[in-house]
Amino acid sequence: MTYLATTVLAYAEEAGHAAEYSDGGLLAQGAWLVPVVPLVLMFGILFFGKRLPQKGWELAEFAMAFVAVYGVVLFIANANEGIVYEGSVEIARLGSLVLEWGWVVDGLSIMMYAVVGVVGFFVFTYAKGYMEGDVRFTFFFASFTLFAGAMLVLVSAPNLLQLLVGWELVGVASYLLIGHYWEDHANNAAAIKAFLVNKVADVGLFIGVIIVAVTVGSFRFTDVLDAVVAGDSALAQVAFWGGLALFIGAMGKSAQFPFHVWLPDAMAGPTPVSSLMHAATMVTAGVYLLGRMFPFYQSEIFAADVKTWIIVIGALTLFLTGLIALVQNDIKKVLAYSTLSQLGYMTVAMGAGAYTAGLFHLFTHAFFKALLFLGAGSVIHAVHSNNMSDMGGLRKKMPRTYWTFLVGSLALAGIFPLAGFWSKDEILASVSYDAGHGGGAVASFVLVVAIVGAFITAFYMARAVYLTFFGEYKGSGQPHESPAVMTYPLIGLAGLSVVAGWVNIPGFFTGFTDWLATRAHVLGDHHAEEINLALAGIGLAVALAGIAIGTLIWYRDDATQEARDRRFYVPVLYPLLANTYYIDDLYIRGVVDPIKGPIARLVDWTNSYVIDGLVNGVGFLAKAAGRVVYAGVDQRGIDLAVNALSSGTGEAGGALRYAQTGKVQQYAGVLFSGAVLLVVGFLIFT
Amino acid sequence: MIVNQFLVLAALLFSLGIYGVLVRRNAVLVLLSVELMLAAVNINLVAFGSYIQDSLASGQVFALFVITVAAAEVGIGLAIVILIFRNRASANVDELDLMRW
Repeated sequence: MTYLATTVLAYAEEAGHAAEYSDGGLLAQGAWLVPVVPLVLMFGILFFGKRLPQKGWELAEFAMAFVAVYGVVLFIANANEGIVYEGSVEIARLGSLVLEWGWVVDGLSIMMYAVVGVVGFFVFTYAKGYMEGDVRFTFFFASFTLFAGAMLVLVSAPNLLQLLVGWELVGVASYLLIGHYWEDHANNAAAIKAFLVNKVADVGLFIGVIIVAVTVGSFRFTDVLDAVVAGDSALAQVAFWGGLALFIGAMGKSAQFPFHVWLPDAMAGPTPVSSLMHAATMVTAGVYLLGRMFPFYQSEIFAADVKTWIIVIGALTLFLTGLIALVQNDIKKVLAYSTLSQLGYMTVAMGAGAYTAGLFHLFTHAFFKALLFLGAGSVIHAVHSNNMSDMGGLRKKMPRTYWTFLVGSLALAGIFPLAGFWSKDEILASVSYDAGHGGGAVASFVLVVAIVGAFITAFYMARAVYLTFFGEYKGSGQPHESPAVMTYPLIGLAGLSVVAGWVNIPGFFTGFTDWLATRAHVLGDHHAEEINLALAGIGLAVALAGIAIGTLIWYRDDATQEARDRRFYVPVLYPLLANTYYIDDLYIRGVVDPIKGPIARLVDWTNSYVIDGLVNGVGFLAKAAGRVVYAGVDQRGIDLAVNALSSGTGEAGGALRYAQTGKVQQYAGVLFSGAVLLVVGFLIFT
Repeated sequence: MIVNQFLVLAALLFSLGIYGVLVRRNAVLVLLSVELMLAAVNINLVAFGSYIQDSLASGQVFALFVITVAAAEVGIGLAIVILIFRNRASANVDELDLMRW
């Protein structure tokens, strides 16, 4: 039994999951294909895509189908026997630090493979219809495949360094995709904003990786988590700052307050991009990282203090952004703020020490959020506008989109028995557990916020559904149902949105918990074994209340769109929300403008006077020195020596040539006198 | 055996040869003087050879070599002199300063 499997079993027993684990055999050993196939096919699309009959789409679709099939097969195999496997190839050594490329196959990564693969497969299929006729169709699918492949690199990483590589690749791919319609300057700006905000947070991740890896002496998660289990005192000393820095990185990718500003702007990209970005890739990366490092945050002597930060940041995000979703006119922005709010839930769960709950919500949310975005895309495709004020009354014109969107909305709102109900209930239960076990007043407060958040979620989804599908049609032209290539993925995802929650029903079926448990991370997981009927009832009740009030305000087929939307106008609060709490203005005035203004001018001044002066001075000095060397050393010294040597040789030759008289007898005379001289010398000196 | 008288003879002959080489103007006579010097060397070789009495008689054998080489040398030398004479109608070495600076 390998060392890894031994430690896993030890953790599993501690957590009460005494299960059999296997190394997964060939299936796990070949899992390196999961990130590699999309990345290789990305180059295939880039170089040969335009010559293929479907312009490269078929390669992208094949990559996603491969990942989906592999992920689902692994998922099923993992459900049967519990897989723990870690493969790696050494790339280089820096002193004692080993750089490796590897792939982890365990409950957590298998779940991510399956989610990225399945959601990606549906989204890629849909994107073929959505992107039809786009000028950069092939390039779009190349970037899209890179996006999915980068996420798979990230989740397959067995060490922090590879995670960082995947992390940055996701950032690059998202930049390309958000700025896909770069002809419009606003889209460019959104792409740059997403990239920069992520980059700022990435500094945190980078520092965290350095702190943790250097202290432990290894980049591997296994080594770091072993150090946690062993109670390594060196790591414990830096754990708070390391944990906080890693969490800042996670906040950037998972768009937690105050780094959330990039996500709504990222709506500038094509809708399939938003769909994949919000469901399976990119924003889940931060939650995934918290899951990977879970024991680190959960152990008392390590980064447990950071948990308070995590839960508070998560609660802030889920509440504040949920409210903003109430006032957005752009349907994609409603969904974007809803994603922020749901990410807040996941972060809250992680902060409350509920590993299963957080990842379970990630799992279910992936399906219904992908579905909602694709549905919104289908509507946008039909009415050629993002604004809900241009929609309305579409339920009869686009029945498939309407029904699937409705299923997604109900799942998101947390209505029994759809997916969102189970995962949200699990989070509420875990926060309530935390409130009673060390979380204290903060956790109790967060529990209230989370319940209010459930109400807000149902409220804004009701608004989105009513404004989009009910009332009078306000847009131009005749909208009609999207083609089959777009509606079938909607139906597939709607099916998954219904059933995805059934894999983890407390007290009845705990499959998901066990599947995820095949790794060290179950250490200290607060998982509710029994269903908490009171909390589930409250959660369901507030969701229904949200829908009811939403219906009261926005459901009335006869009213116009604007008239209905104006019914929810709370003084002070409404402008605050419409301007997203002025956070963007704060960033523009507080960060961007000072940098653009005085700091940029200072840097410019420094550049033109100090640095240019230095450079010019060095250049001038070099030129002067060159002149001195040329005139003094080269022309006078070296040339003189060379000329003197040659003219000396010439003159010596001229002087000596008179010895060549041509008179043979003279030569003979000289010869004989020489011989005589030699003889005489010989006689004298011996 | 006493070699002194032979050595004196050889020295006289050699000096005569040198005198001839340095002084005579006719190229043929210069060549003849060279032969005199070679003869002096031969006398020395034979004298020392019989004085040393070595079993290989190397002095005498060497003298034979010198005679052979001298014959060849004179052959070529006279051929050159004839050619020069044909070209310039003179065998005077003073006028043979073609190789001067």
